[in-house]
Amino acid sequence: MTKFSIAATAALTTALSTLAASAETEVQFWHAFTGRLGELVDAQVETFNGSQDAYKVVASHKGNYSETLNAGIAAFRAGEQPDILMVFEVGTATMMGAKGAINPVFEVMGDGFDQDAYIGAVKGYYTTADGNMLSLPFNSSTPVLWVNRDKLSEAGIDPDTDLSTWEKVGDVLGQLKDAGVDCPMTTAWQSWIHLENFSAYHDVPFATKDNGFGGTDTELAFNSDAQVAHISAMGEWAQDGKFIYAGRRNEGGANFRGGECALFTESSAGYAGIKSEAGFEFDVRPLPYWEALTTDPQNTIIGGASLWVMAGQSDEEYAGVAEFLSFLSSPEVQAQWHQDTGYLPITSAAAELTREQGFYEENPGTDVAVIQMTRKEPTANSKGLRLGSFDQIRGIIDEELEAVWSGDKSAQDALDNAVERGNQLLRRFEQASN
Amino acid sequence: MEKRVTFKGWLLPVALIAPQALISLIFFFYPAAQAVWQSLFIPDPFGLSSQFVGLGNFEFLLKDPYYRSSFVTTAIFSTLVTLAAMIPALFLAVVADRLIKGAGAYRTMLIWPYAVAPAVAGVLWLFMFNPRVGVVAWYLGQLGYDWNHVLNDGEAMGLVVAASAWGRISYNFLFFFAGLQAIPKSLIEAAAIDGARFWKRFFTIVLPLLSPTTFFLLVVNVVYAFFETFGVIHTITSGGPQQATTILVYKVFSDGFVGQDLGSSSAQSVILLVVVGLLTIIQFKFVEKKVHY
Repeated sequence: MTKFSIAATAALTTALSTLAASAETEVQFWHAFTGRLGELVDAQVETFNGSQDAYKVVASHKGNYSETLNAGIAAFRAGEQPDILMVFEVGTATMMGAKGAINPVFEVMGDGFDQDAYIGAVKGYYTTADGNMLSLPFNSSTPVLWVNRDKLSEAGIDPDTDLSTWEKVGDVLGQLKDAGVDCPMTTAWQSWIHLENFSAYHDVPFATKDNGFGGTDTELAFNSDAQVAHISAMGEWAQDGKFIYAGRRNEGGANFRGGECALFTESSAGYAGIKSEAGFEFDVRPLPYWEALTTDPQNTIIGGASLWVMAGQSDEEYAGVAEFLSFLSSPEVQAQWHQDTGYLPITSAAAELTREQGFYEENPGTDVAVIQMTRKEPTANSKGLRLGSFDQIRGIIDEELEAVWSGDKSAQDALDNAVERGNQLLRRFEQASN
Repeated sequence: MEKRVTFKGWLLPVALIAPQALISLIFFFYPAAQAVWQSLFIPDPFGLSSQFVGLGNFEFLLKDPYYRSSFVTTAIFSTLVTLAAMIPALFLAVVADRLIKGAGAYRTMLIWPYAVAPAVAGVLWLFMFNPRVGVVAWYLGQLGYDWNHVLNDGEAMGLVVAASAWGRISYNFLFFFAGLQAIPKSLIEAAAIDGARFWKRFFTIVLPLLSPTTFFLLVVNVVYAFFETFGVIHTITSGGPQQATTILVYKVFSDGFVGQDLGSSSAQSVILLVVVGLLTIIQFKFVEKKVHY
């Protein structure tokens, strides 16, 4: 029924917008942003529409990431798909598998398209094995460590203390706990930060076949010693009340912004919210690593969404899409987006422009994510993840991690179980996409 | 005994039945048939290709221990929701029925929660019980109880049951209240004269005479608990912790609309259809015998 009504709404929206069409070619753009981000997207679209007469981009909000993807899928089945669909990074394998439903970005953009202008670590998540971009990264972020400096000072800890490794973080958590802090550390997006990024950062595989880039016959591999050691440590911290688990998404953000928690692992895109709400001094630090595992960590990977071009539209519309995507990639637009939201710039030119404008100097810490992302050339383990049914696999990982935090399971048992359950979904996905 | 109305031709009866039959065909039989058909395939999300797997989807599901335990979760959940939605409603109806002053105002207020959509009700309860910022969770903390439904499966179940049953109490209240009003006062007065006290009258006269209403509500509430509660579960627990609140219909939703696995999702709908069909047959065969019309 829901599918039916989504398709009906989609059809209605399209019908209504056709009425308004004049000489301009309309480009439908479905996205998942609300609030401040929604306003910023609308502003970008307005600027684009005002800058030329040939095309008119119509942006529509279609719910959260999952709902937007569903709306796109339902609309495609009904033959009413938009030109551009925003899909979150975990939906990448689903979109790639749908060869007849998408039109790869590198083809839409035509001959003059310079793919090297895009930052490798960002675009890598969305490229084919031979380096061609299938979708355009739109909003990308990477996890960092947020520090409530006031909380550290109150507990008698130097707010500039070294938090670069988990060993050192562990000591600080102990001191915070002893000083009576209720919430020494919390996290958002546990699977993304503490397993997916953890694996890339320590250069260990999350899944076989180059994390799924090498084919759909990939198997999960995040139950190796490195990940088990990390999750065990986190589990012990949870038992000792040093790590407070708030929920699967970014529920912990409210506790950090409210000044309750001292440390918080969260996306770099948390910047806008933390900056506007936090009534305390805060710091952005690079994500910690285990000194026992590496002395020189790899790069972290991204989260966020990219823009996919759907198949089955007219050539004029594709020309409009190409125009709009080039506009979004231009250094000025990108630099502004990066500075407004805390999302990573997608081109080196935008990062350079931001630096020239003096933004990083005025807002210390905003470049931490960029540096951490680009500190090394990505390896097969740190290019990204390309796994089918990944949204559901994350759900499984969440469940198993919750069992560790509550003390019901050991890290090894939980991760073994998550791998086994996740592999079943991967096999189904493999079967469906053959 | 039976009074039958007979039509002379066949045109009028057909015309009278046709709209209902048509609606059932389009909105029930057609999608149900589609679900049965799709349950035999593993399609890709975009519907570009699909593979026939016969009963493979069912085999995959029934082999999955989490799916099997979801049956138990569903049984516990729907029993609790039905009880939690019906018993307070009956109590409130009996009390409201005895009110002399201001009955209308109480009635109106008791009906309000029904207007709240399940997903919204879920968010309301979540706000109150959020382990870190919820008001109720905070008071519980003051009393020395560490509420955390995010990690504790019993608390999670309790919370989704309360949130699901809450709005339903209003609906059940309405029916119970109407049922009570329909019981002839003379019967109750006669019993009172014979010396039967309130509870005696309640259990020997009121409850049996209410049984058609109770039976109807039982069927409707079980169906509600089975099918309409996923909004609550989606907003409060997303089926967690560790699938402790993943009921069958929530799994249909999450496999189909989060996992894009339409084959498995369709197979689950078919299984659910069979389960609810069986349940309704059981209810009509065994429970209805105890109902006095």
